[in-house]
Amino acid sequence: MARAVTTQRKAINTLIAWIVGLLIFFPILWIFILSFHSEGDAIKSPLEVITSTWTFESYATVQERSNYFRHFWNSVVISVGSTVLGLIIAVPSAWAMAFVPGKRTKDVLMWMLSTKMLPPVGVLLPIYLICQNLGLLDTRIALVFILMMINLPIIIWMLYTYFREIPGEILEAARMDGASLREEVIYVLLPMAVPGIASTLLLNIILAWNEAFWTLTLTAAKAAPLTAFIASYSSPEGLFYAKLSAASIMAIAPILIMGWFSQKQLVRGLTFGAVK
Amino acid sequence: MGRITLDKVTKAFGEVEVIPPLDLTIDDGEFVVFVGPSGCGKSTLLRLIAGLEDVSSGEIRIDKQPATHLPPAKRGLAMVFQSYALYPHMSVRKNIAFPMKMAGIPEAEQNRKIEDAARVLNLTDYLDRRPGQLSGGQRQRVAIGRAIVREPAAFLFDEPLSNLDAALRVGMRLEISELHERLKTTMIYVTHDQVEAMTMADKIVVLQKGVIEQVGSPLELYNAPRNIFVAGFIGSPKMNLIEGAEAAKHDAHTIGIRPEHLAASKDAGEWKGTVTVSEHLGSDTYLHVTETGLADTMTVRVGGEFGVKHGDTVFLTPDATKIHRFDAQGLRIG
Repeated sequence: MARAVTTQRKAINTLIAWIVGLLIFFPILWIFILSFHSEGDAIKSPLEVITSTWTFESYATVQERSNYFRHFWNSVVISVGSTVLGLIIAVPSAWAMAFVPGKRTKDVLMWMLSTKMLPPVGVLLPIYLICQNLGLLDTRIALVFILMMINLPIIIWMLYTYFREIPGEILEAARMDGASLREEVIYVLLPMAVPGIASTLLLNIILAWNEAFWTLTLTAAKAAPLTAFIASYSSPEGLFYAKLSAASIMAIAPILIMGWFSQKQLVRGLTFGAVK
Repeated sequence: MGRITLDKVTKAFGEVEVIPPLDLTIDDGEFVVFVGPSGCGKSTLLRLIAGLEDVSSGEIRIDKQPATHLPPAKRGLAMVFQSYALYPHMSVRKNIAFPMKMAGIPEAEQNRKIEDAARVLNLTDYLDRRPGQLSGGQRQRVAIGRAIVREPAAFLFDEPLSNLDAALRVGMRLEISELHERLKTTMIYVTHDQVEAMTMADKIVVLQKGVIEQVGSPLELYNAPRNIFVAGFIGSPKMNLIEGAEAAKHDAHTIGIRPEHLAASKDAGEWKGTVTVSEHLGSDTYLHVTETGLADTMTVRVGGEFGVKHGDTVFLTPDATKIHRFDAQGLRIG
């Protein structure tokens, strides 16, 4: 028997859900509102902020003072580059672990995941020195590699989970049909794993886009992505709320829009193994 | 040509030897069925021939060519899987074309062969559908189509009908037999269903724990099972096995008598027993008889309708010419 939910109860639940949702969303909403006000208005009390005049002034100043598109392009290169590179490495790794597991496969997977628990600052010094010695400080290539390696465990884990859902007999059929290993992966495995690969791709682009620790410490001007762009508007003194808000909105807008359009795909991919 | 020879082939998974040294020859054009209870190594044996598993030792030859270390793609064999293993993202046409695409066959020839296979297998109307839109029987036919177009040296079937319902299974069984008649290609067929084995095979290989118990034609296995295992496995319902004094009368440790070789009577006969269950099929009546003093339950098959019910007394008489005798090791005598 289906659970009987009264209309009243449903209404209360909906109301609570909306309140919680709005509470969570409020900071972003407030940043959005602040970004359309002058610095002077932005530090006023909330009610006065809303009633004061709306203006594009902050956006104009931000665009004038820094090159948004260079940061944007750096973000794109770093997040997409690190994700694509990660996928290229992760597909064969996940294939091996899913279809020809060895005795230690589970251990390797756990170990890879454990690296995600390490505080990044713990390896800051060696990585910084390596970048310095290789002359890679403030370059996009360094960030592509570092973010790829940081997210690789997640990429491999996700792909491994999707690949495990694909019946081994289908790959064996491909092998019987005369496909080489490369053909088996390209013609059979990858097309069947498209939903999983797509959500892995999206999630990792988002993770890399939002990554701040490494992008802030390893870049100065040339390779600085949008995270550094936001950070440059926070200063210990003076009025910066409105400009910081405008910069933040400009930085998160692309990924927010992408996430919005791909949320269906993301949810489908993330629940791939759980619900069939 | 598809003559396959296995020479002292063994397979071990870690410490566990699933196939002890095994010799077997499959002649060109033969329909060979590997049959045995689950876990007897029949699927493993098929996968060794296919090249999907590596042999631990021994040699496999296909058409006298050593094939032991060839990858599956190079062995010229086609396989039909239990789960059909169709490519779900490809249309039926592309599924059937896949092995030809891998072999680099020109597209015109591919299309001709696809059309031919589709006609033979009644798939012409479904060529542009995805496997997900087909019924179980149609999927199985697509899998067979994909195997046919390669013109393989031999077909390997791994329990291809066990996912189908009973009625469809009978139909597909006939289709596969007809296909064999037409193509005259070697077929190796794995099943745990002895009815499939009996009806389809030229030659049955009965396996238990990786060991070949007997190789022979269906009727050889039925009429002269080499040991108690084969006697019990081939034939449905199972052969009645009797030990003790009754067996000693025939100078044997165990005697076996098939349900269809026992005559039942309400009045008189050699053995007396009580009916526990009687199954009335119309064409036949199966009686399960206890308290005979011979075995726990004796199964009897009587042609036509035989009017007894639970608790009735029944007399059984074996056909003396159809009694199988086995020694203490379970091997056939005489």
